[in-house]
Amino acid sequence: MDTGFFRDWLTQAAAVVEAHRDHLTQLDAAIGDADHGINLSRGFGAIMAALPDASTPTPGSVLMLAGSTLISKVGGASGPLYGMAFRQAGKALADASDVDAEALAGALEAALAGVQKLGGAREGDKTMVDALAPAVSAFGRALVDAEPEPAAFEALAAAAAAGARATVSMQALKGRASYLGERSVGHEDPGAASTALILGALRDVALASRES
Amino acid sequence: MKKLINSPATVVTDALAGVAAAHPSLAVDVENKVITRAAGPTPGKVALVSGGGSGHEPLHGGFVGFGMLDAACPGEVFTSPVPDQVLAATKAVDGGAGVLHVVKNYTGDVLNFQMAAELASDEGIEVVPVVVNDDVAVKDSLYTAGRRGVGATVFVEKIAGALAERGASLADVASVAAEVSERSRSFGIALTSCTVPAAGEPTFAIGGSEIELGIGIHGEPGRSRVPLATASELAAAALDAINSDLPLAGDVLVMVNGMGGTPLLELYLVYNEVHKYIAGRGARTARNLVGNYITSLEMQGFSVTVCQLSPAITELWDAPVDTPALRWGR
Repeated sequence: MDTGFFRDWLTQAAAVVEAHRDHLTQLDAAIGDADHGINLSRGFGAIMAALPDASTPTPGSVLMLAGSTLISKVGGASGPLYGMAFRQAGKALADASDVDAEALAGALEAALAGVQKLGGAREGDKTMVDALAPAVSAFGRALVDAEPEPAAFEALAAAAAAGARATVSMQALKGRASYLGERSVGHEDPGAASTALILGALRDVALASRES
Repeated sequence: MKKLINSPATVVTDALAGVAAAHPSLAVDVENKVITRAAGPTPGKVALVSGGGSGHEPLHGGFVGFGMLDAACPGEVFTSPVPDQVLAATKAVDGGAGVLHVVKNYTGDVLNFQMAAELASDEGIEVVPVVVNDDVAVKDSLYTAGRRGVGATVFVEKIAGALAERGASLADVASVAAEVSERSRSFGIALTSCTVPAAGEPTFAIGGSEIELGIGIHGEPGRSRVPLATASELAAAALDAINSDLPLAGDVLVMVNGMGGTPLLELYLVYNEVHKYIAGRGARTARNLVGNYITSLEMQGFSVTVCQLSPAITELWDAPVDTPALRWGR
């Protein structure tokens, strides 16, 4: 996976975030402050604006650019948390010009660690971690089990989607939804939902790149 | 959605341009969304920087001026500012004596200010944060992000700002800021929801005779939904919650704050109930504020904030202040 692959991922992620902008905002209205889709759309829009003129010689530099842009443009909790995720993933890829699935798994683990260090959330707290953590472990497990790469990307996206759905029954222990206590139960966490969308975009780009 | 706007995307910058036009005492960087005192940094004085989502006006930009803030950085509506903004504000007002960041306890505000403080420290500026957390509607426990920062932010900015104006050290200014936060408690009640301009519809639906108890300042749902009651009963509900967390005693500073869509007529009516309740508990409302100071767009409703006064804090509260939204003694 080269620089072009990671640029394609961001482009696809921006498209799905834009397509689900209102849905993410509605999820946030139920248990937060009704701006998650608006903010992510602004952030990925800024990435799309920055990418054409940016010098990104390596996959890592693409992800670092994405992370820095999100930190600078989004605000809220999602700006720093997604920004940290992309920056940590970018750092983990270092100067490699071509990335294999194992290296990508390492980068996703670094992204998860960055999010947890900054936000302090654990699995079960009803946050983006509930989509990201199972996705990272499903992807790693598929590689350890020597599954074909398409299956590993399918497992990644499926685990993220299932993780996001599982937040419906959770009571929020971190972030703004935690103020609601038991009233947060019964709603999908918007951060987990957007994480599942962004990882779904990664799967789509990975599968498409193998077909072409 | 009916709002006095040009477009949802330019609400914050269009309003900032208006602030710049209305208040020559302020310097407004509309593009970077930073409001500072027009006179620039005060050499040798600890600078106070605050910020948060827009939609809470006059907080924070309306409190920039002598005796309060040196800078405010408004984010998008209900969205905390980004680290670049906070860093730009911090650098713009640093007078060499360090900078106090006044941060409301919301995950986004805390994370963005933390990142900005690290960047400022890399550039050799000493920054100390104070995180305001006064909302008793939220349990302060391991199971939440902690109590929210709401009305006490106004008190912290006024009182710490007064001490900074006298040339106190960063440690002393931070200490009084933390003390005011610890001595303060708030509780809010919403009669209606509010509409984030970019979202275009009310954040929550609520029946014509229902209210939300224990709301924050972002249209987020509260602790519970109950039928509308009289002002006397609602004031008692708010003060019961405050009193059970921090018993009312001695001299107190009280703010009855409108959420943006409540007439002053009703706020004064509520203040009368609050005043009577506090007197009934044997405490004395020594100082007060009644009006819209920390709002939630056009939401109807109110919050009550109570701060236990000490002679030193009362004296700092009474000190001169000259900002667009709070002005006395000068």
